[in-house]
Amino acid sequence: MKYAYYPGCSLHATAKEYDISTKAVCEALGIELEEIPNWVCCGASSAHMTSELLSLALPVSDLVIAKDMGLDTLVCCAACYSRLRVANAQMVSDDGHRAQVNEIVGTEYSGESQVRHLLDVLVHEYGLDALREKVTRELSDLRVVGYYGCLLSRPPEIVAFDDPENPTAMDELAAALGAKALDWPNKTECCGQSLSLTRTDVVLKLCRDILQSACDRGADCIVVACPLCHSNLDMRQAQINRQYQTQFGVPILYFTQLVGLALGLEPKELGMSKHITSPSKLLAAKGLDKRKETA
Amino acid sequence: MTRIGVFVCWCGSNIASTVDVEKVAELAADLPGVAYSTTYKYMCSDPGQKLIAEAIKEHDLDRVVVAACSPSLHEPTFRGCLENEGLNPYMLEIANIREQCSWVHTDREEATEKALDLIGMAVAKVAHNAPLVASTIPVTRRALIIGGGISGIQAAIDVGLAGYEAVIVEREPSIGGRMAQFDKTFPTLDCAACILTPKMVAVSRNPNIKIYTHAEVEEVTGYVGNYVAKIRLRARSVDADKCTGCGTCWQKCPKRVSSEFDQHLGMRKAIHIPFPQAVPRVPVIDRDNCLWFQRGKCRICETSCEVGAVDFEQEDEVIEEEFGAIIVATGFTTFDHSAYKEYGAGQLKDVISGLQFERMVNSSGPTGGRILRPSDGKEVKTVVFVACVGSRDRAKGVAYCSRLCCMYTAKHGLLFKEHNPDGQAYVFYMDIRAAGKNYEEFVRRAQEEFGVNYLRGRVSRIFEEDGQLVVRGADTLSGTQVEIKADLVVLATALIARDDAVDVARMLGIPYDENHLFTEGHPKLAPVETVTSGVFLTGACQAPKDIPDTVATASAASAKALALFSSDVLTGEPMVSSIDTSLCSGCFACQEVCPFGAIEEVEIRDAMTRENRPVAHVIESLCHGCGNCTVVCRAGAPNLAGFSHEQILAELLAV
Repeated sequence: MKYAYYPGCSLHATAKEYDISTKAVCEALGIELEEIPNWVCCGASSAHMTSELLSLALPVSDLVIAKDMGLDTLVCCAACYSRLRVANAQMVSDDGHRAQVNEIVGTEYSGESQVRHLLDVLVHEYGLDALREKVTRELSDLRVVGYYGCLLSRPPEIVAFDDPENPTAMDELAAALGAKALDWPNKTECCGQSLSLTRTDVVLKLCRDILQSACDRGADCIVVACPLCHSNLDMRQAQINRQYQTQFGVPILYFTQLVGLALGLEPKELGMSKHITSPSKLLAAKGLDKRKETA
Repeated sequence: MTRIGVFVCWCGSNIASTVDVEKVAELAADLPGVAYSTTYKYMCSDPGQKLIAEAIKEHDLDRVVVAACSPSLHEPTFRGCLENEGLNPYMLEIANIREQCSWVHTDREEATEKALDLIGMAVAKVAHNAPLVASTIPVTRRALIIGGGISGIQAAIDVGLAGYEAVIVEREPSIGGRMAQFDKTFPTLDCAACILTPKMVAVSRNPNIKIYTHAEVEEVTGYVGNYVAKIRLRARSVDADKCTGCGTCWQKCPKRVSSEFDQHLGMRKAIHIPFPQAVPRVPVIDRDNCLWFQRGKCRICETSCEVGAVDFEQEDEVIEEEFGAIIVATGFTTFDHSAYKEYGAGQLKDVISGLQFERMVNSSGPTGGRILRPSDGKEVKTVVFVACVGSRDRAKGVAYCSRLCCMYTAKHGLLFKEHNPDGQAYVFYMDIRAAGKNYEEFVRRAQEEFGVNYLRGRVSRIFEEDGQLVVRGADTLSGTQVEIKADLVVLATALIARDDAVDVARMLGIPYDENHLFTEGHPKLAPVETVTSGVFLTGACQAPKDIPDTVATASAASAKALALFSSDVLTGEPMVSSIDTSLCSGCFACQEVCPFGAIEEVEIRDAMTRENRPVAHVIESLCHGCGNCTVVCRAGAPNLAGFSHEQILAELLAV
């Protein structure tokens, strides 16, 4: 199993731990990743708001390299995933845009490289049964809620690997790893990312609701698959606590980190120290803070 | 030698401004077979027609070409003109020099030349026209009505009142349909059963109306005026002639089964009538759940029946009856809300459909009219109604508006408040569509007099928390997110076509749309007809309809059927195809392409081989004269009267 790996800007910066844990987990599972050389921005959040052509040309510049590598593309950031999927769908079905974009980028591309999210690959390609066999550390003490945000499962005709209103891939994954996946009503509620800088008050309220709902259900941590969701939920807890007189200290983990723990990797190999809301107390309490040698 | 008259119309300036009509008429006079030609300002006017009539007499014309507008407009007018003068009306051809010439061209010279070409073609064709006479077909003056809901009941009453026989075939054990399940009707709040049951009794008493319940139409053959339906009378396991409907059997029956009629909120027995006012009041044994049929013991119903009506040996019976017209009244079903994962995917017990609420609020329903939570039977203090579940939702449901939900939701809110004045009722809506007599007033009454709270916005999620439902949604008028803790949520699920609507359409040879709703003959001008002569539509099988519209279409459909029955013969279409059997090889490619099923297989004795062989034969009464068969046949065996090979060839050669 080999993929052209598209990390995107977040995974090289604010979500370094997502990148670290992705690579560690893929290595442990024998999923080969080759980073797309000279990759460029996917166009999320700014390009698609300003120019439709730009929003297609940017991802296509990356995808055409993956095509030349002869590989499908693996993405971890939900926003990159969305942009790359949208571009690929257009390159397949929209003759007009395909011609224009190919002219701009100077390529011959019509959606050859399939774009996959790592969550999709783990659940549907690698398979939960195979994954279960690799688990060396029981997570059964860990109560988690899967937070999918908006882009991972929507719009369904573009991303199409989970139910748009009640996605379950992360819950199935957590359960396969032995963790207790709790059902909760906020799994696809908005975290407010696009208002993060302009209407922080709205973001604080939305994140407060998500954190509160997770705590009400008795979750030890929230598992995410998007660096933008992560930054909002992880980074803003102190602000939320000040604003709403709450006491949140809920670790926000990437699903890759959860997989890594189950595979017996050490927290530092998974970039656990990079979270603002530290998970170290939780990991120590659950006995997940040491490396577990494969039996 | 033919004597053709050519009459060129100016159509005021519509034709004359672009086509030099005088020149055209002058040149047309020299065309082969033309005895007379002239022009007139408006050929379709009375003086114009008189001009043609006089020319026929004066110049002894035997064929006529009118060069004017499209034949779809005035062909019947000019045919009538010929007929009045003693000519066969089919000795006419129209050259369309308006829509196909003057209106689409600007160059006068070229348009004039083209008009002359068109007239030349018509003249060449008309020379080959032969007198055509429409055939007549007998009519069986009986109507088959498929479906015994309010639609079928009304249609049967109307046909019966006119003195003709109507046969209702209903799948369920009783007639009554959806309306029998309703509690009250908007906007008058009449009790549905109180206004429906007298009609049920009326049909059961009318000697002109026959009712087959627990029965299905399995096959329909034939054509307008002469349909034959195969009807399966499913075994009731009860002899309807002996049964008195006393009810002892279903009281004694030990087997309880979830009730379809009560939308699975209540129970019935294995031997049952669906509801107390059932017509006929003869129970049915549900063999899939009967202890005797499943385990070979019990027979309590049989021993308790004083008249010996229970008959475990009864078998299905298939009968054949003849009909002249078919009225399709198969109704609708409701959208399954399990498609909405965000509303609990059908797993939350206290999230119910509007139809379930109807049963619950009905005093003869499973809760005796008390509004209780299905999960624990506790009284409902707060209820949330969600409109447009499945309707106007292209992602999960249907694109169309189901038309009734705004009204029945207002009714539900009002009924809840009537039952429970201290309770709270909320309605989430997208738009309120209350277009009907006294409908808007009714919605306002629910809001203003009864205090039903209307919130404009969608519900994004329904979930359970602390033993209660939480409804999360948007109030777009105040621009806020809202969360309401509710005991019960009622979803106004869309009205959709029944699961087997496509099978019914195929059986009857009528088209259906992408939503499997049956397609009317014309969306404006033939709303209860279909493209198949003699098959009419009524009620919600064509599109969601409320009771008044359903009743209106039922009467309309029966009026159409009665028009058929007004004579004992029908005049057929003379422009039909016929097969030259000497050319037919029996490949039946024509049968494949005939959209009307008008081509049948017959055996003929071959003159050469003296053996029987199959050939195609056109059933004239079914043929619409489309011509498909004439183009598909390699041998050219089919020929269409009025558009014969000879006529079309002559037209082409004239260009």
